[in-house]
Amino acid sequence: MSIQQTTKPADARDGSGSEYLAFTLGSEEYGIDILKVQEIRGYEAVTRIANAPEFIKGVINLRGIIIPVVDMRIKFNLGTPTYDQFTVVIILNIGGRIMGMVVDSVSDVTTLTPDQIKPAPEMGTAFNSDYLMGLGTVDERMLILIDIDRLMSSSEMGLIDKMVA
Amino acid sequence: MTIDISQFYQVFFDEAEELLAEKERLLLAVDIAAPDAEDLNAIFRTAHSIKGGASTFGLNDMSEVTHVLESLLDRIRKGEMSLTAQHVDAFLAAKDILKMQLDGHRNGASVDQEAVANVRMMLHDLSEGVVVGAHQPTVPSFLHAEQKQEVREGAHRYKIELPDLPQRDVNALVDELGLLGRVSVTPLSGGRSALIIMTHEGLDDIVAICSFVMDPDDLKIFEAPPLTPEQRALEAAERARIEDEQGYGFFDPNEALDGAQPEQTDDERGYGFFQPIEQIRREAGIVAEGEAMASRKSPEIASSRPEALEVTEAAAEKKAVKKADGAAHAHAESGSIRVSIEKVDQLINLVGELVITQAMIEQRSDGLDPMVHQRLLASVSQLTRNTRDLQEAVMSIRMMPMDFVFSRFPRMVRDLASKLGKKVDFITNGAATELDKGLIERIVDPLTHLVRNSIDHGIEMPAARVAAGKSESGRLFLSAAHQGGNIVIEVADDGGGLNRERILAKARQNGLPVSENMSDAEVWQLIFAPGFSTAEIVTDVSGRGVGMDVVKRNITQMGGTIDIRSAKGFGTTILISLPLTLAILDGMSIRCGDEIYILPLGFVVESLQPAKHEVKEIAGQGRVVKVRGEYLPLVPLYQMFNIEPRYTDPSEGILVILETEGRKAALFVDELVGQQQVVVKNLESNYRKVAGISGATILGDGGVALILDVAALLRSSRQLTDDTVVL
Repeated sequence: MSIQQTTKPADARDGSGSEYLAFTLGSEEYGIDILKVQEIRGYEAVTRIANAPEFIKGVINLRGIIIPVVDMRIKFNLGTPTYDQFTVVIILNIGGRIMGMVVDSVSDVTTLTPDQIKPAPEMGTAFNSDYLMGLGTVDERMLILIDIDRLMSSSEMGLIDKMVA
Repeated sequence: MTIDISQFYQVFFDEAEELLAEKERLLLAVDIAAPDAEDLNAIFRTAHSIKGGASTFGLNDMSEVTHVLESLLDRIRKGEMSLTAQHVDAFLAAKDILKMQLDGHRNGASVDQEAVANVRMMLHDLSEGVVVGAHQPTVPSFLHAEQKQEVREGAHRYKIELPDLPQRDVNALVDELGLLGRVSVTPLSGGRSALIIMTHEGLDDIVAICSFVMDPDDLKIFEAPPLTPEQRALEAAERARIEDEQGYGFFDPNEALDGAQPEQTDDERGYGFFQPIEQIRREAGIVAEGEAMASRKSPEIASSRPEALEVTEAAAEKKAVKKADGAAHAHAESGSIRVSIEKVDQLINLVGELVITQAMIEQRSDGLDPMVHQRLLASVSQLTRNTRDLQEAVMSIRMMPMDFVFSRFPRMVRDLASKLGKKVDFITNGAATELDKGLIERIVDPLTHLVRNSIDHGIEMPAARVAAGKSESGRLFLSAAHQGGNIVIEVADDGGGLNRERILAKARQNGLPVSENMSDAEVWQLIFAPGFSTAEIVTDVSGRGVGMDVVKRNITQMGGTIDIRSAKGFGTTILISLPLTLAILDGMSIRCGDEIYILPLGFVVESLQPAKHEVKEIAGQGRVVKVRGEYLPLVPLYQMFNIEPRYTDPSEGILVILETEGRKAALFVDELVGQQQVVVKNLESNYRKVAGISGATILGDGGVALILDVAALLRSSRQLTDDTVVL
């Protein structure tokens, strides 16, 4: 009889839409649920982990907690991974686990109503379309909305031990 | 809006669990002969609180049991009934039932309905069946009948003349003495009465019991002639013969029977191994219920009669200590709050971060001119002091007293001893010694196993002990103490000791390399070998579950060591030494490529720079290094971790000789950086397990360094055949 606390997804049940953090990878613009984002930081030196996949840059110290850092540009094969003072790390809190995600830049927070989100077409992109929530349109912009929860906890990311997950 | 009541379940479960534990503690500590009204009230309150909570949440099965329990407790509390050992047994059984029901509600564990019904019946009978009014004749209640020992031939026969006492006191006395043997009451003139008791127990026990209700000086006791030594020996031999037929694994409880002279006391036989129990107790400042039990059930045949004055003094002292003890407990309860572990961990993390920031400020301010910036520098040094104090205080939050572990043993010892028909005095010392919470939880299982072993195999049956010239009750001593940066936990018994021959024979049978001239210490270590069962017969108590090999492995995993000392006929002592906390580690920082890694210092034997000719290739598959005539495998860290190193030639870098699981190897790294204490952080809480890495730590500059898992590193190095290694 354990009591589970469920956080409601930021869906548009009340009609006002939900908020997405928009960021860029190369020339593409992506969006993730703002409620998964804990904070945004600049890139700092990571400690490399031996024999980890290339997109896992390593671990950093986030105020006393050791967290892994994933470079989405390497993972999705988009853009050239350069690291300078403009490189951004989005700190995500997914199911109580904290992790960093390196992106090129963060643009803004956008509110999308359900009718602004179109279902994602089947396409052979760099990532599995399972992780696509849809495509959001704001005027002329198009945001690729990622189900970051599913992506980060997927086995292909190798961020979480299967036994633990 | 409706309130979802289920969100409060967890609170009730936690609270009920706590109340049950508290109830057990009170029950085990209660002095049956003269229960303290405050204790009885406290026991009643725990039952009442559980009942209230259970009915609020509609857990009717629990409230039904607590209701019966409560009515019985209420009668005892109001003095309508006197507390007996049987009551305590019933209450303990009820506590177990409630715990089972609680687990049933919480985790869906199965509930034995028959046991529930039995306990309810027992409680009901106890509260309904006995009606002891103030004017009723003083007969021991029939409920004690089955508890009474059968009074055999050769028992003592005492006639006790009581002074004028309140009827309730006489009743209590009769109940209590009824536990020792057969009691009958004859009224005398002037409101006095006389008791006649047939018992095997000694006179001083009777005096001790009577002293709870009256001044022993007012007591007149007449005694029938005691047993002749021949009769006594006959009886002991008969008891021993029956017990001999049971097996005891490697322990040899009967050995002492042959040569022993029963007349000798422990002192005469020169027991240097154990302190007298009273002395231990005095040192420990503990007067547990064990003493009450000892004074009631102590088997020693009264050869000398203690002065009456001494008896009363002892009783008074005991009560005083008990009071003080109770006060301390009450204080401990009110002075604590319950906080979730995450919050504490978060606090510790933040303080750790603060310490690093403070170190950075200190470093930056070092270069400032002390004349110009005097006030700033003074503030910085003030900050340094405050931070250090804060860190120490926060770290201590995680520390818990060993009492958390020790408190679960009296019950277990009591149950186990009665199940096996043994008598055990259980003494704990150093319950206030503090240990990290993480370790406390992990030490429970190994300790439980060791305590069970001591009672099952170590301590002999009462008759065998008497025949060996020891006291009938075995002593089980559990202690914890700080020693430097370690805590030493000791489980000691004064039982038969380990049997060297039998262990050697069994080891040979298992194909372990042994020889006759091994030292005792080496022989004792054999029982930690996997599959080395210490019991030849699987009893109800041991022979299954975790073995000694698991105990040893658990202790080793916690960074501790385990040691055995044993002498035949004198008992066995098991010493466990643990680091105070898992969170801090003595490490050696090394550099390989651009990264700094931490090696746990415990594995490091030495470091050296080899000469070129000392490193040899083996069939192009790997390299060995010759260190003082010994060839050790060379483990290049850069190959294991795929790092771009500064040096690939061992004679330019540094070799760190590591030892684990009895094997040595030389780890090849670029350079040694230094030695420091590091705070161990978990890598798995946000990432996953990494082969070859046991954790991470934060360095002074805020960067992360990984801690090497030496055992895994050396294990996988043996599979190293090529430049690429999959760990």
